[in-house]
Amino acid sequence: MKFTLNGSERTVEADGNMPLLWALRDVVGLTGTKFGCGAALCGACTVHVDGAPVRSCQTALSDVEGKSVTTIEGVGGEVGTAVVAAWRKLDVVQCGYCQSGQIMSAVGLLSENRKPTDADIDAAMDGNVCRCATYQRIRAAIHEAASNLA
Amino acid sequence: MHIIKPADYARMLERLAPAPALAAPSRRGFLKAAAAVSGALVIGVRLGPSEAFAAAPTDGPMPNAFVKIAPDSTVTVLIKHLDMGQGVTTGLATIVAEEMDADWSQMRAAFAPADAQLYNNLAFGPVQGTGGSTSVANSWDQLRKAGGAARQMLVAAAAEKWKVPADSITIEKGTLKSGSHTASFGELAADAARQPIPAEVKLKDPKDFKLIGTRLPRLDSADKTDGKAVYALDIRRPGMLTAVIKRPERFGATVKSFDAAAAKQVPGVVDVVAVPAGVAVLAQNTWAALQGREALTTVEWDESNAENRGTAELLDAYKKLADTAGRSAAKRGDAAKGIAGAAKVIETEFAFPYLAHAPMEPLNCVIEKTADGVTIHTGSQFQTIEQAVTAGIMGLKPEQVKIETVWAGGSFGRRATTTADYVAEAATILKAIDGRAPVHLVWTREDDIKGGYYRPMFYHKVRAGVTADGRIAGWEQSIVGQSFMIGTPFEAFAVKEGVDGTSVEGASDTHYDIGNLMVELHSPQVKVPTLWWRSVGHTHTAHVVEVTIDELARAAGRDPVEFRLELLKDKPRHTGVLKLLAEKANWGTRPGTGKGRGIALHESFNTVVGSVIDVSVVNGQIKVDKVVCAVDCGIAVNPDVIAAQIEGGVGFGLGAALHDEITLDKGVVEQANFDTYIPLRMSEMPKVEVHIVPSANAPTGIGEPGVPGVAPALSNAIFDATGQRLRSLPFRLEDFKA
Repeated sequence: MKFTLNGSERTVEADGNMPLLWALRDVVGLTGTKFGCGAALCGACTVHVDGAPVRSCQTALSDVEGKSVTTIEGVGGEVGTAVVAAWRKLDVVQCGYCQSGQIMSAVGLLSENRKPTDADIDAAMDGNVCRCATYQRIRAAIHEAASNLA
Repeated sequence: MHIIKPADYARMLERLAPAPALAAPSRRGFLKAAAAVSGALVIGVRLGPSEAFAAAPTDGPMPNAFVKIAPDSTVTVLIKHLDMGQGVTTGLATIVAEEMDADWSQMRAAFAPADAQLYNNLAFGPVQGTGGSTSVANSWDQLRKAGGAARQMLVAAAAEKWKVPADSITIEKGTLKSGSHTASFGELAADAARQPIPAEVKLKDPKDFKLIGTRLPRLDSADKTDGKAVYALDIRRPGMLTAVIKRPERFGATVKSFDAAAAKQVPGVVDVVAVPAGVAVLAQNTWAALQGREALTTVEWDESNAENRGTAELLDAYKKLADTAGRSAAKRGDAAKGIAGAAKVIETEFAFPYLAHAPMEPLNCVIEKTADGVTIHTGSQFQTIEQAVTAGIMGLKPEQVKIETVWAGGSFGRRATTTADYVAEAATILKAIDGRAPVHLVWTREDDIKGGYYRPMFYHKVRAGVTADGRIAGWEQSIVGQSFMIGTPFEAFAVKEGVDGTSVEGASDTHYDIGNLMVELHSPQVKVPTLWWRSVGHTHTAHVVEVTIDELARAAGRDPVEFRLELLKDKPRHTGVLKLLAEKANWGTRPGTGKGRGIALHESFNTVVGSVIDVSVVNGQIKVDKVVCAVDCGIAVNPDVIAAQIEGGVGFGLGAALHDEITLDKGVVEQANFDTYIPLRMSEMPKVEVHIVPSANAPTGIGEPGVPGVAPALSNAIFDATGQRLRSLPFRLEDFKA
């Protein structure tokens, strides 16, 4: 299976039915994308496919053939850099396990909408569970990143 | 958790079955080691870096067991606790940095190896482990002395090198100075490590603290925002096989027979073995293992010892028990007589469901054979127990079980079990395949939600009354719920005269001055494995006490804050919190039309937290608008980490108040994943404000105390808004008429 991964062409030898999550983690060896539920219920496995956030646990490897996949390890650019900087400035993380997915969803939101309201944030981020409940700081960090992008 | 008395050590050690070798050094040996650690000098127990420290991020000499100084001047603090998100790596490093007068930018943290003599939790006795919100509290003196000793050894080295008196040397932000001489920690590290260990360590006067009490960036923010942080799920070892276990539907069932043929045909599946927990499928990757487990359809279970009761039957049984005399947990005055003479009496009941912890990182660990034993890689919360249990399974001595502790993706208590459950499972699989490959045991979310070790179901029945002049006339409380301490190594200190302290804490020892009090406990046996869950007994006792206090205040026609203040006359920490809270939450004002405001105050883990919640009720829907908390946790080592723990605790408590519930139907768990075991999500998170009461006392717990007050403050706020009282958890919107 050939696709672009974090900007580089990759060929991954694996069953096309294998979820992208396990292909990334177990075959490619990029472990920043996390397994949380295996059923698109928690968002911990969020990556970008052609720039849009998807749940990699419900995306077959064959679905990304010829496409561009970005994982937490490949976050960059204006929006990605602003989001990560805001996360660090506000010390959003606690256990940190869901934060790869939170950041991928937040980058997706801010790439589409540079000035999200609280309601926009609820809509974009409700699929990302944080059992440490860092939600207040995630919201603040998204607003912080938005103000730095303005 | 409670502080363990030395007299309980030996009994605990004996119960650390199945590992007699652990007790072998003798009780005296352990006490000596513990005394050395808790006494003035930790220092010198190990002077040089040993093999066990090889995994630490920077190498350099170690002035003592907790501090390592590298030639590049980075100071690595060996963290004996698990960081599961509560921020102890930052907190413990702050304590050392303060006493060393280090610059925050030079501080690093590394998880300490498993070593119960060097790295035991001083609140747990001879056990290395994390829980009971004890990490900072039990380390406070220990790490101040470790940091202070390292500082004195650096100063002594500089004095020798520069030929100046030691008292002419100052340290500021990691630089030593005397006259025209200056040096970094790194330049002096090797010389400092050769200095004699100071006989006495001079600690700073808290008024001279420069780092403690300020906002310092977390040490883990960078690695947890770029995918670099390594959790157990990210461990990769050469030739490692991933294992998942097909488990029975009912607790207590065992494998009778199985046919592995179909599973073995799945590409990538390497082996299928029976273990005590079920049938393990081993494969070259996680996806293959999961598919192999799917294919494992012909497993027969022996359910002759399985739990077959459902939640409704258990609750019925609990209600009947509550009407009978239980074991006495508290008895003061004459509660029945007081209530008989009361002007107003309330009789209430509260039911609490089983709760799964559901940390974001599903339970997992890697275990592999080494030349002289095994190594376990996991977010280890109970190193000593895991060593003992694994040693028993593998036929090793505990010291042959090495543990590499890594970041844990949440825990909320789940990773600390007295059976070392998932680590033991991994060990049984490794044993079943004769140790031929490293084994990565992975639980799926369904395994986690259905897998037990829940906060027990509880049922409380309360009868209480107020006198005509508005005082509490009497209080009777009957508590029913499983004990997770009886039959474990912790029984000796947790269970007194048949009463498990963790079932009644927060009620039997209520901080309110109630003259006529009776609290009784029943601990029924159910085959559902249960466990502490963030804030333990306080998860239910605080709710019952704080709702009841609110109901009594209203019955007496009193303001809930004034009513509490009167019952807390000799409790300055409690009244301090309550007064700050009332001020910050504008208690004297009304929150607005269609809104309600409720309050709760509770002490847990030696920390007092007050919570005021504002709610709106729109079309029968409860919306939590705002939560204001005040906290007294002693000296605030890292105020921002404290705020984060309270914010998170509020969210965790709200999830339990609004959604969390594990139910059983004929013994089978009815929830499976986050669609049925509902987590709190972004749109439900209120604004949380945290106010810290200034204190000169030693730090107390912070990881858990934010949780207990949330549900009762919410119940009290909903009553304030609607006149309707919700008692049992989770609150049901269908019970609610706007």
